[in-house]
Amino acid sequence: MEDMKLIADHLVFQYDKSRSDARRALDDVSFVLHKGEFVGLIGHTGSGKSTLVQHLNALIRPDSGSIYYEGADIYEKDYDRKALRGKVGLVFQYPEYQLFEETVLSEVIYGPVNMGMDKKDAELAAYDAIRRVGLEEECIDQSPFDLSGGQKRRVAIASVLAMDPEILVLDEPTAGLDPAGRSELLEMIKELKEKEGITIVLVSHSMDDVAEAADRIIVMDKGRIIYDDVPVRVFEHINELEEMGLAAPQMSYLLRDLKKAGFPVNTDIITLKDAREEILKVLS
Amino acid sequence: MIRDITLGQYYQKDSLIHRLDPRTKLVGTLAYLVSLFIFTRPLVFALAAVFLILVLILSRVPFSYMLKGLKPILFILIFTLIINMLFTRGTVIFSWWKLNITIEGLKQAGSMGIRLVLLILGSNLMTLTTTPTRLTNAMEHLMRPLKLLRVPVHEIAMMMSIALRFIPILLEETDRIMKAQLARGADFESGNAIKKAKSFVPVLVPLFISAFRRANDLAMAMEARCYHGGKGRTQYKPLKYKGRDFAAYTVLILYIAAVVVLGKLC
Ligand SMILES: Nc1ncnc2c1ncn2[C@@H]1O[C@H](COP(=O)(O)OP(=O)(O)O)[C@@H](O)[C@H]1O
Ligand SMILES: [Mg+2]
Repeated sequence: MEDMKLIADHLVFQYDKSRSDARRALDDVSFVLHKGEFVGLIGHTGSGKSTLVQHLNALIRPDSGSIYYEGADIYEKDYDRKALRGKVGLVFQYPEYQLFEETVLSEVIYGPVNMGMDKKDAELAAYDAIRRVGLEEECIDQSPFDLSGGQKRRVAIASVLAMDPEILVLDEPTAGLDPAGRSELLEMIKELKEKEGITIVLVSHSMDDVAEAADRIIVMDKGRIIYDDVPVRVFEHINELEEMGLAAPQMSYLLRDLKKAGFPVNTDIITLKDAREEILKVLS
Repeated sequence: MIRDITLGQYYQKDSLIHRLDPRTKLVGTLAYLVSLFIFTRPLVFALAAVFLILVLILSRVPFSYMLKGLKPILFILIFTLIINMLFTRGTVIFSWWKLNITIEGLKQAGSMGIRLVLLILGSNLMTLTTTPTRLTNAMEHLMRPLKLLRVPVHEIAMMMSIALRFIPILLEETDRIMKAQLARGADFESGNAIKKAKSFVPVLVPLFISAFRRANDLAMAMEARCYHGGKGRTQYKPLKYKGRDFAAYTVLILYIAAVVVLGKLC
C-alpha cells in the first residue's frame, strides 16, 4: 500500500540475553505507521516505549521480527541505516544532555552535515529548523549551554529536524518542562504535522499530552501493544488503562462525572475545547 | 555494546559465597592470586582450577556469565600467548622464516595462559559476588593499620566506592549518548584513526558534562546529610565474621597448604 511508511513486524527484544529469566523489553510488537499520521505512543515507565522507538531507526536490532521502511527491510545487510536515521528522526528523552557544540548553529548543522549535506545547505537547513522550533534567531551564535532548559530542548529537536526527516519520533519531549513550555512544545509538534505533513510519533506517559493532537494512540504495557486505535476508542477502556498505571485525559473524567450527576453530555469528548462547548451547550 | 563488559559488576543472587564476609573474600582472593604466581607446577594449576570451579558452583553465578567477563581481555590474553610462544628460547620444534616455536615456549605460553585465565576469573568472581560498597568496606577494615602512618584510609575507601558506584552509570550514559548521536547521523566506525577519534568528541563532551553534574549533585547531597569525613563515623552494617567465614578460612588454609605441598613436591 502506498501510504504505509513504516511497518513493524513481530518485534521481540530482550536486553540481558545472558539471563533467561529476564523479562522481554518488547514482546511480539507489530504496527504500521501511515504517511502524515500523528501517533501517540503511551505506556507506563518501563513498558518498552523507548526500546521500541530505538528500533524504528535501527539503533537496536530486534532478536526476531523485522521493520520495513517504505517497503525495504532496514536490517538487511546492505541497507543504508545512516540515511534511514535522517529520514526517521529520533529525538531522545532529555535530548538537551546530548548537546556538545560551541554555538547553537554548529550544534544544529551536526546532523545535516553527517547526512552528507555541504556546509552552506546545512546552514540553511539549520536556520530553517531553528525557526520551525520557535527559537529566536539571536540564539544562533550563543552557546547552547547558556540557554534555558526548554530552549536547549528545542535546539536538540531542531538538530534532528534539520536533517529533514519524514517521520519525527519524539521520546517524552515534554518530560520536565513547565506547563507553559509543555503546551508550546505540543503546539509546535502539531504544527509540524499539519503544515508540513511530517509523520509524528509522540511518546508520552500522559494521555493529556496526546489526546488532542493524535490521530491514533498505541498503548503499551510490559513490552506488548495493548490497544492501537483512535483516541476515543482507546479511552473507552478507562478501567484497564488505570490498571496499567495510566489514565484517560482529564476531560474524560469530568464529562463522565457530569453524566453521572444527570447532565446529558457526550462522554466521548477528550479535548478541552470540545468539552467547553459541550458543557455550555448542555447548560444553555 | 558497551554494556557487555561484566568485569567488576555485581551479579545479584543469594548464595553461600554472596553471604560471606567481604573481608573473607578479599583475603581469599588475594591469597588465591598469590598462590597462582608463586607455584608454577601443572598440578598446582589443576588444583587451583578445581578450587575455582567449586567456588563458582557454590556462588550460583552462571558459567556463561563468567565467560562473558573474559571477552574484553581476550585480546591481551592472545597477545601474551603469542609473545610467550615466539620469544622463548629452547628446543625448536617448528620453524618458519625467522620465527621459532620451542617446547619451552609452548609450555611457557600454556602456563601463562592458564594463570591469566584463573587470575581474571578469580578476581571477577569476587566482584560478581560482592557489592562495591561491601568490598570497599572490607578494604577500609583491612587497611586500618595504615592509619597509624597517616594514610587517609577512609577517604581512599570512600573515593573508591564512589568511583565503583559510578562505573555502570557512566557506561549506561555513554551508551545512551552514543545512540543519541547515531540518531543524528554520527558514524563511529568508518574513517582513519584521526577521524574516528574526532567522531567521539560529540560523545565525550556530553559525557564529561554529565559526570561533573553528577559529581556536583553528589557532593551537595553528601554535604546536606552532614558528611564530614571518617572521623567518628559509625557504620550502618558493621562487618562481623560468622561461622561460615571461619569455615571459609579453614578451607582457604587447607587449599594453601595443598598448593605448597604440591608445589614443593615435584
Ligand atoms: N539499556 C538498557 N539495558 C537493560 N535494560 C534496559 C535498558 N533500557 C531499558 N531497559 C529495560 O527495558 C524495559 C523497557 O524500558 P524502556 O524501553 O526504557 O521503557 P519506557 O521508555 O517505556 O519507560 C525496562 O524494564 C527497562 O528496565
Ligand atoms: Mg523511556
